[in-house]
Amino acid sequence: MATVYFDAATRRYAGVHAAPAVDAITLDIEDGEFLVLVGPSGCGKSTTLRMLAGLEPVDDGRILVDGHDQAGVRPRDRDIAMVFQSYALYPNMTTAQNMAFALDNSRTPKAQIRERVAEAAKILELEDLLDRKPGQMSGGQRQRVAMGRAIVRQPKVFCMDEPLSNLDAKLRVSTRSQIAGLQRRLGITTVYVTHDQVEAMTMGHRVAVLRDGRLQQVDAPEVLYDKPVNTFVAAFIGSPAITLVESAVSDGRADLHGLAVPVDRTLAAAATDRVVVGFRPESWRIVPESDDGALQLTVELVEALGSESFVYARRPGTDGSGAERERVTIKTEKRAHVEVGDVIRVRPVESEAHLFDAGTGERLVG
Amino acid sequence: MSARAHGAEAISHRSPLKTVAGYTGMVLVLLVIAVPLFWIVITSLKERQDIYVRPAQWFPQPATTANYSDVTTRIPFLDYMRNSIVITGVLSMSKIVLGVLSAYALSLLRFPGRGIVFLVVIAALMVPNQITVISNYALVAQLGWRNTFQGIIIPLAGVAFGTFLMRNQFLNLPTEIIEAARLDGAGPLKLLWRVVLPMSWPTLVAFSLITVVNEWNEYLWPFLMSDDERTAPLPVGLTLLQNNDGVTNWGPVMAGTVLAMLPVLVLFLVLQRQMIKGLTAGAVKS
Repeated sequence: MATVYFDAATRRYAGVHAAPAVDAITLDIEDGEFLVLVGPSGCGKSTTLRMLAGLEPVDDGRILVDGHDQAGVRPRDRDIAMVFQSYALYPNMTTAQNMAFALDNSRTPKAQIRERVAEAAKILELEDLLDRKPGQMSGGQRQRVAMGRAIVRQPKVFCMDEPLSNLDAKLRVSTRSQIAGLQRRLGITTVYVTHDQVEAMTMGHRVAVLRDGRLQQVDAPEVLYDKPVNTFVAAFIGSPAITLVESAVSDGRADLHGLAVPVDRTLAAAATDRVVVGFRPESWRIVPESDDGALQLTVELVEALGSESFVYARRPGTDGSGAERERVTIKTEKRAHVEVGDVIRVRPVESEAHLFDAGTGERLVG
Repeated sequence: MSARAHGAEAISHRSPLKTVAGYTGMVLVLLVIAVPLFWIVITSLKERQDIYVRPAQWFPQPATTANYSDVTTRIPFLDYMRNSIVITGVLSMSKIVLGVLSAYALSLLRFPGRGIVFLVVIAALMVPNQITVISNYALVAQLGWRNTFQGIIIPLAGVAFGTFLMRNQFLNLPTEIIEAARLDGAGPLKLLWRVVLPMSWPTLVAFSLITVVNEWNEYLWPFLMSDDERTAPLPVGLTLLQNNDGVTNWGPVMAGTVLAMLPVLVLFLVLQRQMIKGLTAGAVKS
């Protein structure tokens, strides 16, 4: 168990003009914490993880594990275990041999190896598969072996690089909670990379959002959702995405597709020029036909998920040309009976507005 | 593998004409390879006067094994056989070990000048053997190594081909597995022995087989280095047999050739199964 500290860690790939793949990331991970690195593909999250594991050099800055600078420390000496997206099991070894390999290499006594492998196999329900080779196992089983290989080492840090993305949807959900539970039980500091924001929100103690190699925000999942620091985080976290509308502010009101929404004057004053107003899907209410002042929208698409539905709608008269920006996403109960082509009236819950500077994209705080 | 599988599927859907054409082609290729082999075998079983008969006799009448006893008594056949085994064994082992180690260094270890070293190795591959023979001969003769095993073996132990072949194989291995092994604390040799080589088995077997066959058949250099049965391998020994008579008696020569082929043939049959086993295992595993 250990703390991990990224101190302005930077990674540049060849090509001087290109922006760094990982750009001066500073991140303090506590002992026993489950931290999720999330971001769109190419944002540098995997590279960050690989730098911690020692598979990529750190070009600038430092990475400390338990207060020790890892510069020049070989991957094998870092005591960090990694679970790869492809699992990277040794195809020539059985499950038991795969799990025992690291312990073999560290000259752990045979009896202890057997004990630890048996324990990990029990935790991961791999007892019947100990003599199988990876080629004879399903994806889910291989994934568990990969986890087992990391667990038996009892390392300082777990690094997990999208370990669930090769599983089917249902297995992914069950394995998700399994991994989170396992991490809590073992209490080993874990850095987990994913592009799936649902995984990020459900698994981590804290979530770090990356974009273009830069750290955007590190916070608990709820904070990330309720107080995103900029429009990128606001749009990335939450599914379906938040509705963001750019508008000028006049007379303390922002114009939301023609609906005047009051905004905090001090907040609006902090903006350089225009603001971006955002409402999450659950911050919209469908109001009766009689409410003349409400926003009138034509329903374009309804996603019925069973217990709830998401309604995608836009103002009448605007065709598809306005694309996503014109669209409003509304969460409704299943009793709402909204259908494609319906004209509905909606109002946002004004107190739940997110307000950003249109120029910088930063959240406006008073 | 997949290309072959597709081919098989295509054949089953072809018109009869194309099938016939396909089989005709296969039979032709088979004949080109098999007829000379067949001729060697039957000639080795013929009596001397039957060898030159026209039209050619396709089956020896009467068949005789005299040529075989001839070849083992007229020349020190077992000495040549021993020399062949020594030379092929030592040379193959050193070529395989050097090839694997150098390929490993050039593909998976990082050190400055790696690219240049690889280019030099490739350049060495392009120099024809016949050119280096002269300077090598001068050097080895000066060292007094003629008619010694080291004189035959050491100049032949360079391995550009093996380095090239195995390096490409190692580079094709999934990098994540190599990284996983590094994180699991495997040192360079352990990584090679426990992870890299087991995954490269089919290529290694193919490389070994090619090496053994090549060394077994090596002619020019051992011929230049050896005067007699002290160090000369079988191919050279068979030539001596040919020259002893003035007029070549092909019967014993062919018998010697058959005997010389046998060990490699056996080895090939054994390793071939290994090779195919490895290939199919890889195909199923994705």
